[in-house]
Amino acid sequence: MKIRIAGTFALAFLVTMPSAFAQTLKAVKDRGSLSCGVSQGLPGFSSPDDKGVWTGLDVDVCRAIAAAVLDDPMKVKFVPLSAKDRFTALQSGELDVLSRNTTWTLSRDTSLGLNFTGVSYYDGQGFLVRRSLKVNSARDLGGASICVQTGTTNEQNVADYFKANNLKYEVIAFSTADETLKTYEAGRCDVFTSDVSQLYAQRLKLAAPNDHIVLPDVISKEPLGPVVRHGDDQWFDIVKWTLYAMINAEELGVTKANVDSMLKSPAPEIKRLLGVEGNLGEQLGLTKDWVVRIIRHVGNYGESFERNVGSGSPLAIDRGLNRLWNKGGIQYGPPIR
Amino acid sequence: MPGECRTPPLQLGHRLWRMTAGRAGGWGILAQLLLLLVVVWLGYEITSNAQANLKAQRIAAGLGFLNNTAGFGVSQSLIAYDESDTYLRVFAVGLLNTLLVSFIGCVLATIIGFMVGLGRLSPNWLVARLAGGYVELIRNLPLLFQILFWYLAVLGTLPGARGSISVFGVAFLNNRGVVVPRPVPLDGFAPFVVAIGLALAVTVAMKILARRRLYQTGKPLRVWPWALGLLVGLPAASAVLGGAPFSFEQPELRGFNFVGGTRLVPELIALVLALSTYTAAFIAEIVRAGIQAVPKGQIEAASALGLRRGAALRLIVVPQSLRVILPPLTNQYLNLTKNSSLAVAIGYPDLVSVFAGTTLSQTGQAIEIIAITMGVYLLISLATSAGMNLYNYYLFRNRSA
Ligand SMILES: N[C@@H](CCC(=O)N[C@@H](CS)C(=O)NCC(=O)O)C(=O)O
Repeated sequence: MKIRIAGTFALAFLVTMPSAFAQTLKAVKDRGSLSCGVSQGLPGFSSPDDKGVWTGLDVDVCRAIAAAVLDDPMKVKFVPLSAKDRFTALQSGELDVLSRNTTWTLSRDTSLGLNFTGVSYYDGQGFLVRRSLKVNSARDLGGASICVQTGTTNEQNVADYFKANNLKYEVIAFSTADETLKTYEAGRCDVFTSDVSQLYAQRLKLAAPNDHIVLPDVISKEPLGPVVRHGDDQWFDIVKWTLYAMINAEELGVTKANVDSMLKSPAPEIKRLLGVEGNLGEQLGLTKDWVVRIIRHVGNYGESFERNVGSGSPLAIDRGLNRLWNKGGIQYGPPIR
Repeated sequence: MPGECRTPPLQLGHRLWRMTAGRAGGWGILAQLLLLLVVVWLGYEITSNAQANLKAQRIAAGLGFLNNTAGFGVSQSLIAYDESDTYLRVFAVGLLNTLLVSFIGCVLATIIGFMVGLGRLSPNWLVARLAGGYVELIRNLPLLFQILFWYLAVLGTLPGARGSISVFGVAFLNNRGVVVPRPVPLDGFAPFVVAIGLALAVTVAMKILARRRLYQTGKPLRVWPWALGLLVGLPAASAVLGGAPFSFEQPELRGFNFVGGTRLVPELIALVLALSTYTAAFIAEIVRAGIQAVPKGQIEAASALGLRRGAALRLIVVPQSLRVILPPLTNQYLNLTKNSSLAVAIGYPDLVSVFAGTTLSQTGQAIEIIAITMGVYLLISLATSAGMNLYNYYLFRNRSA
C-alpha cells in the first residue's frame, strides 16, 4: 500500500506542478537545503549510522554538493528510496539529485528524462550463494532460484546471462532490499544477485556472513553515479564537476587535512582547483572557493572511498577499477581549467 | 393480480428537469453547468501540464513502450512468457496473476467465511468460541503482517529441496513450494472429458426433475446415489473402453530443485492463504449479521415444521439472509482484489509488481502505467460489482421491494 501511495504521490507532482524545474540551483539556495535521493540503507554507500546521520560514498557526493553550494555539508535532506521508486521521485521534482548506487544506462539517460553526471563507483554484477551449495562458478547455477530487487539493472542482467548461457532459472523479485535479503536468507532462493559492492554490503547484514560467498564471476558493467533531471544544464554541470573536483583533488594530493596549506601552493593546477587563481567556480554559478569547501568538509575522492567502502571500513573493498587512471584504475577527472 | 397493475407514464422530460435542476429550478441548471466547466477545465489543466512537463524534461510519452522487449524474467505465468517478450505481454502476465489470486482468494474466503460465520452462531459452545476467536484475532492484525507471516514464518521454515517433505512419494513440500505430478493427456482424454460432461448434464436434469416432482407430489426423490453412480461410472467406463485419459509426469529432484511435475510457488500459496483467511474474518461477520437479521420466527417456524437445524439453515435462513449478505460481500471481494497488490512484498508477480513496478521503473512512463493500472483495477472492481448485482437481481427478481 505504502508503495502505491508513494508512486501516486510522486505522480501528482508531475501532473500538477507547473514547469519550474529549470532553476535547481536557485531553488536549493532559497530552500537552504539539498534534497538527495539515497538507498534505504546500504552500508558503505548510503545508510544512517546509530545517531541517524547518513554516511557513505553516495552520501558524500550529496554532502559535497551541499558544501559547494551552501557551504554546509549537513544541509542535506536525504530521501531513502527503493530501486523502483527512485526515478519517479527524481522526475517529479521531489529530489535535486539522485545518488543511489544507480547504474548509468542509455535508456535511463534518455527516455527516463535523466542525465548521468559521471561515475562515482565502477561496479559489476555478481552472485552471492551459500557456501554449503559448493558452487564455484555462475555457470553451475542452472535451475537455481534467484532473489533480486525489482527495478534494477540486475533484474535484466540475470535474464540476459541465463538466456545467453542457455540455463534455466527462476527469478523472484522484491521491491525492497530487506525483503530480498530476508527471503534469500530464509532459503527460498539459492542465489542473491546484485552489484558486487552491494553483495559485500548486504552480506554483512546476514546472521552468519561467513556461510555465504560471492562467486568470482562478474556478469555486467555497472557504472554507478549521481543523476539529475533533464532540462537544467547549470545544475547538471554543478553536480558533474563536484564529483570531478573530488577526483582531481585526489590526483593533485589535496586532502581534508592539507587543504588550507595547499592554498599557498605555487602549482598552477592547484591554484586553479582551489580558486586562488581564476574564477572557475563563478563560471559554474558558485563561489571561487567551491572546491575548498568540498575538500574541507568532505575530503577528496580517495579519502571518501577509503573511509566508506575501502580499507577504513568494515567492507574493506579493494579499489580495483576505482583507482585513479595513473594508478592502474579508470577514475579520471577531466581538467579543471 | 396482473390486471391491477398499470405502468406509470415515463415523464422523461420532467425527470430530466428534476435531475439537473433539482429544487433550485433554473439556477440549479446553471450551477450544474458551472461545475461541469470547472471539471473540464481541471482535466485540461492536468493533461496540458503533464504534457508540458514531460516535454520539457524529454521524458518518453505515449503507449509505444508496450511493444518494446521487457528483458526480465517472471517467476510465475499462466501464459507462455520469456524475457524476450514485450511489455504488453508482461501486462497480460501480471493481470492474469492478479486475477488468479483474486479468484482463488474469493472462493476460499467465501467458504471459510460462511463456515466461521455459521460457526459463531452454533449452539455448540466450543465451536462458537473458536469461530469468535478466529474473527477477533485475524481481523485485528494488519494484512501485510499476515502475508509476511505465512511467507516467511510458515512456508519459509519448510526444509530445502533436498530435505523435502514427501507426501507418499507423490507430492513434495519444501521452501520452494508444493510440487505435484502433472497430468499429461493421452488418447483417452477426449472421451473421458465427454463422459464427465455427460454425467454432469444428466445429474442436473435429474435434479430438476426431482424438484419438480417434489413440488407437484410432495414426495422427495433421492438423486444423489444415482448421480454418484453416474459421475464415477461413466468416466470409469470411458477409461476402460477408450484407454487411460492421462499419465502422470512425476517430479524428480535434480540439481537445485525438482524438475518436472507442476509446482505451486510459495508466493502464491502465502498470498492466497493470507488474503482468504483475512477476508474470511470479515465475511464471517457479514454472514452472522445476515443470519441474525432473519426474524427468529422463521427459525421457530422451521423447527415447528420438523426441519433439522441444517435443513432449516439451508432452506429457510440462508436464502433470506442473502439479501443482507450480498452487498457487503461484494465489498469484501473488491477489497480482496485490491489487497492482492500487497503481493510485491513477497515477490509474487502480480500486476502491480511486474507492470506498475518493474515495467514502470524500466521505462519511466509513470503516468501511462499508473493510469492503465488504475483503470484495470477499476474495471475488475466494476465487473465484480456488476456480477454480484446481477446475482442479487436474479435471486430477488420475483419479490417486490
Ligand atoms: N545498480 C543497479 C542496482 C541498484 C540497487 O538498487 N541494488 C540494490 C541491491 S540490494 C540495493 O542497493 N538496494 C538497497 C536499497 O534498496 O536500499 C541499478 O542501478 O539498477
